[in-house]
Amino acid sequence: MSTNQSRRDFFKTSATAAGGLVLGFGWFSSEAFEPGVLTKAAADTIDFNAYLAIAPSGIITIYSPNPEIGQGIKTAFPIIVAEELDADWSKVKVEQSPLDTKKFERQLTGGSGAIRHSWERLRKAGATARVMLMEAAAKKWSVPLSECSTSKGFVMHSSGKKLSYGELATDAAQITPPTTVKLKDKSNFTLIGTSVKGVDSKAILTGKNLFGIDYKREGMLNAMIQRPPAFGLKLKSFDATEAKKMPGITDVVSFGNKVAIVGKTTWEVMQARKAVKIEWEKEKDLESSADHDRIFKEMLNSTTATVHRKDGDIEAAFKNAYKVIEAEYQCPFLPHSPMEPMNFFAHFKGDSIEMAGPSQTPQNAQNQIAKMFNIAPEKVTIELTRMGGGFGRRLNTDYAVEAAELSSIIKAPVKVTWSREDDTAGGIYRPAVRYRFKASIDKAGNITGYMLHGAGMNAGNATRPDNFPVGAIENTLIQSNDHKSPITTGPWRAPITNFLAYAEQAFLDEVAMAGGKDPIQLRMELLEKAQKSPVGKLTYEPERFREVIKLAADKAGWGKKKKGVYQGFSVYFSHASYVAQIAEMANVKGKPVLKKVYAAVDCGIVINESSAQNQVYGAIVDGLGHAMYGNLTFKDGAPQQDNFNKYRLIRYNEVPDIEVHFVKNGIDPTGLGEPALPPTGGAIANAIFKTTGKRLYNQPFSEQGATLG
Amino acid sequence: MALFNLKINGKTYKADVDANTPLLWVLRDHLDLVGTKYGCGMAMCGACTVHVNGEATRSCVVPVSNVSNATITTVEGLSETGTHPVQEAWDEVDVPQCGYCQAGQMMTASALLAKNANPSDKEIEEAMVGNICRCGTYHRIHDAVKLAAAKMKK
Repeated sequence: MSTNQSRRDFFKTSATAAGGLVLGFGWFSSEAFEPGVLTKAAADTIDFNAYLAIAPSGIITIYSPNPEIGQGIKTAFPIIVAEELDADWSKVKVEQSPLDTKKFERQLTGGSGAIRHSWERLRKAGATARVMLMEAAAKKWSVPLSECSTSKGFVMHSSGKKLSYGELATDAAQITPPTTVKLKDKSNFTLIGTSVKGVDSKAILTGKNLFGIDYKREGMLNAMIQRPPAFGLKLKSFDATEAKKMPGITDVVSFGNKVAIVGKTTWEVMQARKAVKIEWEKEKDLESSADHDRIFKEMLNSTTATVHRKDGDIEAAFKNAYKVIEAEYQCPFLPHSPMEPMNFFAHFKGDSIEMAGPSQTPQNAQNQIAKMFNIAPEKVTIELTRMGGGFGRRLNTDYAVEAAELSSIIKAPVKVTWSREDDTAGGIYRPAVRYRFKASIDKAGNITGYMLHGAGMNAGNATRPDNFPVGAIENTLIQSNDHKSPITTGPWRAPITNFLAYAEQAFLDEVAMAGGKDPIQLRMELLEKAQKSPVGKLTYEPERFREVIKLAADKAGWGKKKKGVYQGFSVYFSHASYVAQIAEMANVKGKPVLKKVYAAVDCGIVINESSAQNQVYGAIVDGLGHAMYGNLTFKDGAPQQDNFNKYRLIRYNEVPDIEVHFVKNGIDPTGLGEPALPPTGGAIANAIFKTTGKRLYNQPFSEQGATLG
Repeated sequence: MALFNLKINGKTYKADVDANTPLLWVLRDHLDLVGTKYGCGMAMCGACTVHVNGEATRSCVVPVSNVSNATITTVEGLSETGTHPVQEAWDEVDVPQCGYCQAGQMMTASALLAKNANPSDKEIEEAMVGNICRCGTYHRIHDAVKLAAAKMKK
């Protein structure tokens, strides 16, 4: 990384700077927004390292490598660099880097891991350049470095002299970068922890061409692809005679069980698609939701489960129990439903290919496309567009790879766009899962044994074997079965825990009740046990867990609310962050009505307060909406919901009040794209139970009588 | 195919397209006005909302032939530089996450505010319920509509 590279690698003049490329495509918002300033800056911008360049005009360009999906990374990364650089944020311009595996590691959006992974290297990138600027000034003034300091884009001397970063940029770039550099004391942060608006906001709000679906090139064709309408079917034959005669259509071709309709405009392609006659034939089992219900039960009753973790003697614990509590929880398949449907641009050129589009894993796409054409990865260039959501769907590369393949077949630049129906019914879902829990308690209500058996549809290991309460209980067994279904699955925001957290947290409520304990008291006792005498490997920090619980309980006034307010509690640790939530409901004519959700979050240092709040609100709304309504069902392999008229998403009038609090502990930051979602379903379900006495064992809750708003 | 002269954002645009082509795709594919987004194609999500004679309209289900004499405004026409009170409010409240739905959200909100300078929470809800935000920025959308209303009163 930056601090280990030679000056030669650091110093690049405008000829090789990203500026030319950026302006060429008019692609990046911050560029497009003030072309006058940026044209000038780009013309003589000086790169200091992979992350930043400074122009003599004083404009600082910070390159943001990770794909922006709405998690705010394109703003958060530059904030960290600018903090250590002591830059004036009003002079900072942010550019999205294309995929560049030589400059950057982990150009990936997933697992809430970007900040955790890059925190230190971003700080070093800014701090290194800052030292170079200070050295350049010290040299110019012939003063010792120790007499120089920096503030808001200036190097200052104790005598009162000062020079701007712009004035120093050319000289500073000649300085050999230090191999080690001192980072700021966290108490001196002035930008980190404040509220900084999204760097693309102005471009978003004026309708600029930021997203993959907006991408256009000279001579580009548009395509849509008909994929098998049910999982388990394959292409038998097709007749495109009529379709090919339709206006604007240039080609209808088939590859890999698909038929692609290519033409000048999206609408013409959509019309011609209806005229293609396609026959499909059965290749694998055509599963229905009723089959899944049966298969779940078979898996949970089988003796072939894979054991993931075992502590103590679970059988003895159950045998000697004062009471045994058992329950099963089930969730359906879910599509991701990003507002921007899948799409990708590809231009195959024989020995190379240019790609552009929304991807959470551009490097995977690059590797797969390179392999498909038997060319070197660097022959596959990928521009990263802003993503209109993704929620894990764009961690799969299918839609980029098929665009590449189509371009190679038709030998033309083409953008493939999925319709909403394609996007919803075209596969790769959150897997459907069913869990069986069994716990034993002693006379005092303490848990003596805990078993979790997961059964998934292409879920892999549907459990998270080291997650709380494992580590706090003497006897545990965590195991799973998986069914290989033709229905395709993949990560969905907070994979596995997006449902497992609800099931575990609801079950813990059942156990607390059976043992006569308050739900928070039960968890606090378990965490105390995990801290004092952990059982086996412990992957979470009990003290941080307890802090978020205390904060949530304090803010929501747990147990102190007036009559008519019913509270449900949930807490979860995922993606290295801790989140506790308390849902409050009212009983309106026998119906539970959600009024408010409190959240307490420990993600370490908050980089951008406004963005962090936005993420937590959004994750709660997402968790609530999908717990209430999300349900993708199947008949003979075919999804039964394919657009928002049948597949319900939460709307404006259905969100409760939300109040978010962050633990301020100064610990290095972890992730926030996912961790606030898992606890929500449990908090809601536990509040519903308090309100109505009814325990909900299946999602979606709306199909079991729960309503919103 | 037929030639249409469309009045959009105070300019006249020519489009030679099939009369049934939805306004959405004329804007996006023929006129390079890509701020208006495709979301569902069946008026269920509101991502494609534009103003037709001042009314918030789902452009994905309106054939271009129906609007050939209409006055059309897209997000690009609210203001090019983000100075419309709704755009300013959306920016100040820092509404967007992914940002894809926000053009449609703002077009719905601006049509509401043009007719009703002081909408109640219930009236805001009735207007905004047709626009889905998958990232869940509804609270900030609410705050931004309120702020925009306050700005427009000044």
